[in-house]
Amino acid sequence: MKNISTGSEGELLEMSSGGAEHVYRWYCGHYISKFLIGLRDRKTILGIKCSHCGRVYVPPREVCGRCYRTMDKWVDLGTEGSIYAFTVVKLPYIDPNTGKSIKVPRTDIYVKLDGADTCLMHWLDETDEKKITVGARVRAIFKESRRGTIHDIECFTQI
Amino acid sequence: MGRRAAIVGVGQTYHTSKRKDVNGQELISEAVKRALDNAVLGLRDIDAIVIGNMDHFEGINCVDGWSVDGWGAFRRPIMKVTTGGSTGGTLGSCAYHHVASGLFDVVMAIGWEKNSESDTQAAISTCADPILERDFFGGAIGPNAAQYAMYMKRYGATQEDAALVTVRDHNNALKNPHAHLRKFITVQDVMNSPMLCWPIKLLDSCPRSDGACAVIYASEDKAPKIADRPAWVHATAVSHDCVYFGDYDWETMPTLEATVSRVYKRAGITDPLKEIDVMELYLPFSTCGVAWMDHMWFCDRGEAPKLVRKGVFDMDGELPLNPSGGVLATNPIGATALIRIGEAALQVMGKAEDRQVPNVNTAMATAFGSCYWFEATILRSTKP
Amino acid sequence: MDKVAVVGVGQTKYERGKTKSFAELVYEAARGALDDAGMGLSEIDNVVTTTNDFFDGRTIACMAVAEAAGSYGRDATNVEGDGTLGAFYGLMRTLSGVYNTTMVTAHCKVSEGSPRKIFNQAFDPIYDRLLGMDAISSCALQARAYMNRFRINEEQCAKVSVKNHRNAKNNPYAHVAMDITVEDVMKSRMLAEPIKRLDTSPISDGACAIILATEKVAKKKLARKPVWVRGVAHCTDAYRLGERDLTYSFALEAAAKKAYGMAGIMDPFREINVAEVYDAFTYMELMWYEGLGFCDRGDGGKLIDSGETQMEGRLPVNPSGGVLSAHSVQVAGLARIAEAVLQLRGEAGKRQVHGARTALAHGITGICAQTHCVWILSGEEG
Repeated sequence: MKNISTGSEGELLEMSSGGAEHVYRWYCGHYISKFLIGLRDRKTILGIKCSHCGRVYVPPREVCGRCYRTMDKWVDLGTEGSIYAFTVVKLPYIDPNTGKSIKVPRTDIYVKLDGADTCLMHWLDETDEKKITVGARVRAIFKESRRGTIHDIECFTQI
Repeated sequence: MGRRAAIVGVGQTYHTSKRKDVNGQELISEAVKRALDNAVLGLRDIDAIVIGNMDHFEGINCVDGWSVDGWGAFRRPIMKVTTGGSTGGTLGSCAYHHVASGLFDVVMAIGWEKNSESDTQAAISTCADPILERDFFGGAIGPNAAQYAMYMKRYGATQEDAALVTVRDHNNALKNPHAHLRKFITVQDVMNSPMLCWPIKLLDSCPRSDGACAVIYASEDKAPKIADRPAWVHATAVSHDCVYFGDYDWETMPTLEATVSRVYKRAGITDPLKEIDVMELYLPFSTCGVAWMDHMWFCDRGEAPKLVRKGVFDMDGELPLNPSGGVLATNPIGATALIRIGEAALQVMGKAEDRQVPNVNTAMATAFGSCYWFEATILRSTKP
Repeated sequence: MDKVAVVGVGQTKYERGKTKSFAELVYEAARGALDDAGMGLSEIDNVVTTTNDFFDGRTIACMAVAEAAGSYGRDATNVEGDGTLGAFYGLMRTLSGVYNTTMVTAHCKVSEGSPRKIFNQAFDPIYDRLLGMDAISSCALQARAYMNRFRINEEQCAKVSVKNHRNAKNNPYAHVAMDITVEDVMKSRMLAEPIKRLDTSPISDGACAIILATEKVAKKKLARKPVWVRGVAHCTDAYRLGERDLTYSFALEAAAKKAYGMAGIMDPFREINVAEVYDAFTYMELMWYEGLGFCDRGDGGKLIDSGETQMEGRLPVNPSGGVLSAHSVQVAGLARIAEAVLQLRGEAGKRQVHGARTALAHGITGICAQTHCVWILSGEEG
């Protein structure tokens, strides 16, 4: 409990929850699991195609929202694409995964991989916005040691 | 099937950055009391309540149950809705449907948030998929900043165009005693403010506010007895098509276009610039006040900067936007979109005090949140 | 109230540690409901999802299931609360004249979070939360208060567990189905006096969906017999446990009275043929008998003793096995509606109550069931 004295009106108190933590164990589901295993074992990015409308989604998921059908046509999208949009985060905030502040500057990008209709989100290794162009070609850089998470891709780089 | 409904009362707190003097329930009770006073009603006249906020900001589960304490409304039917930033729009819609269904006559929608109680960016970033998108998602600011980066490249818009939106909304807020930020601002002030997520700067961004808002809806039988000039609900619409931020097509903004098309069509509007008298738009960032205007039937793609520069949306322009100061001046997130509806209603009811736009018959309010979820409401002074 | 019917229902099997994601579970249930109704998604006018940010571990939890619930290209909204409340909002949207058909979904993977911590967060952060209260400890308080006042004993509560877990054997969706005895319940591990392990519901994952339609659409469809909504009401009691009389449920009595009034029910024990109630703990089923007017206040123990709420009794309660057999939070209320619908259609298989014409479905939300929602459904239009 923290005391905040406000003089003649009386004390007003504040309470902290402390380091309240909620741990979750999410199942990735069958589609995301396959996608992540593609990163881990084959260093490639997998998408999924709707046989009805032809849209290729990455990250892959079970249902094409527009057609409301299950998809089962996997597509190997490789590792290259172009920057659809980006921003450079300059003001830090608390990372909910760690409870600690994120490191800035950090460039978040939306990558349109070749052959995909949706974007994958990730980081770019360049943090000076003057050196980043919307539309620039990029390639994924994979880590040596991979565990089946989105961070098996270290980041993207402009090529 | 169904009945018509109107808004008959609006109440809100004086929004500010930290309400250290009240807890959440007390904050809610201020807005509720003001709404009841505005409509000259007592708690007994309210048949049901719907309440909303974004849970992770205050860390309270089952908020609907918790909230009854602050304003003696236990033993009533209460329901909670939440859709992130668009919660207020969802609240208004929910209260409207409570009444339109014929099951309740007078229903109160309450939106509230004590953003000061948590780290807003951290909490919002948990909306992105934890396995794939959360770590690359710069909170609420990230996607909007990225969109404007794209928009500037494509159409030659500038950061100064966005700054004009900030200047407009902040200076409007000077006439709104409830607004959080009330300071005279120039384009240069905006350009000099610290960069948050390029190209969005501090003064391009909405604040974090503590505040609450309550809006009372009544059936077509009761509304004219409660208010002299009720704000009749003519249409609502909502669109939320995606799950992942990477799915969204920012060049066509399909959810915004779908929402406005549906709401215009349901209200019989074909030329919003002419047929709507005032809009309270949920613009969380000044950049939205440029890029999003292309998708509201005001102009062709890429033409919005011209309209902004010409002052079309200023208080003395063809279509005044955000006379209240909008989201850039006040943002208690769970309440924000409901404040848009409340402010639009006050305009129609003729109760908007110093920020009243003259001769308002038709007003529109929008809501925005999560993965480009949009809602819209059209209110008129005449019955549908 | 204008006529609205439930025309389709879908459920996943309830179990712990399901490997499908939230979206995949919702799709399974929603697709199931569409197939059940013989409808395509294009015939659905709007969607109401029911979610909880704490259980899902993400704010704006409804985002994850938008596409899976069928939100693409149509109005969609979200309720945070029990599935019976989500369905109630869906009903109001169908009655408002704006939409003819509404899909309502609910999902929860209770096993992926820490349910006790999550429930602790429902308590006021300034006062009760610091006491470390959660669902089990608070309900144990209520159970003890109720049992002491009306001289209900633990064996009577145990009979509910025996009945419902046995009933669950007839329900292919149920999580925990088993043949146990009162003695088994009495010997099971004490969690918070007087609640023992076999007095509590399991941690279940799952999803459920229902489709509501206006009279015009319901009569045109006829893939299945429509089940009509005859009365619905909800009510919320005071928040603080110390401000309520925990030995009876004001909110349930108020909601039930209103719902019965809408449905024209004067004597619920005789006029309702089957009831699906939210028995998160065994004592709750006894309290809900009383709140619903199946017996007088304090006679819940006598009613379970009489056998009349067993499958072969006058008013079978929870033929599906109830929440004691499958507790996916928030989903469980919607599942009660789905089960009631199956009963009224005569499609409840081995758990069918013969000749059921009027059913009751019940859901709760909040600490010690602060909010109750009661649905009266019928195979007859009325």
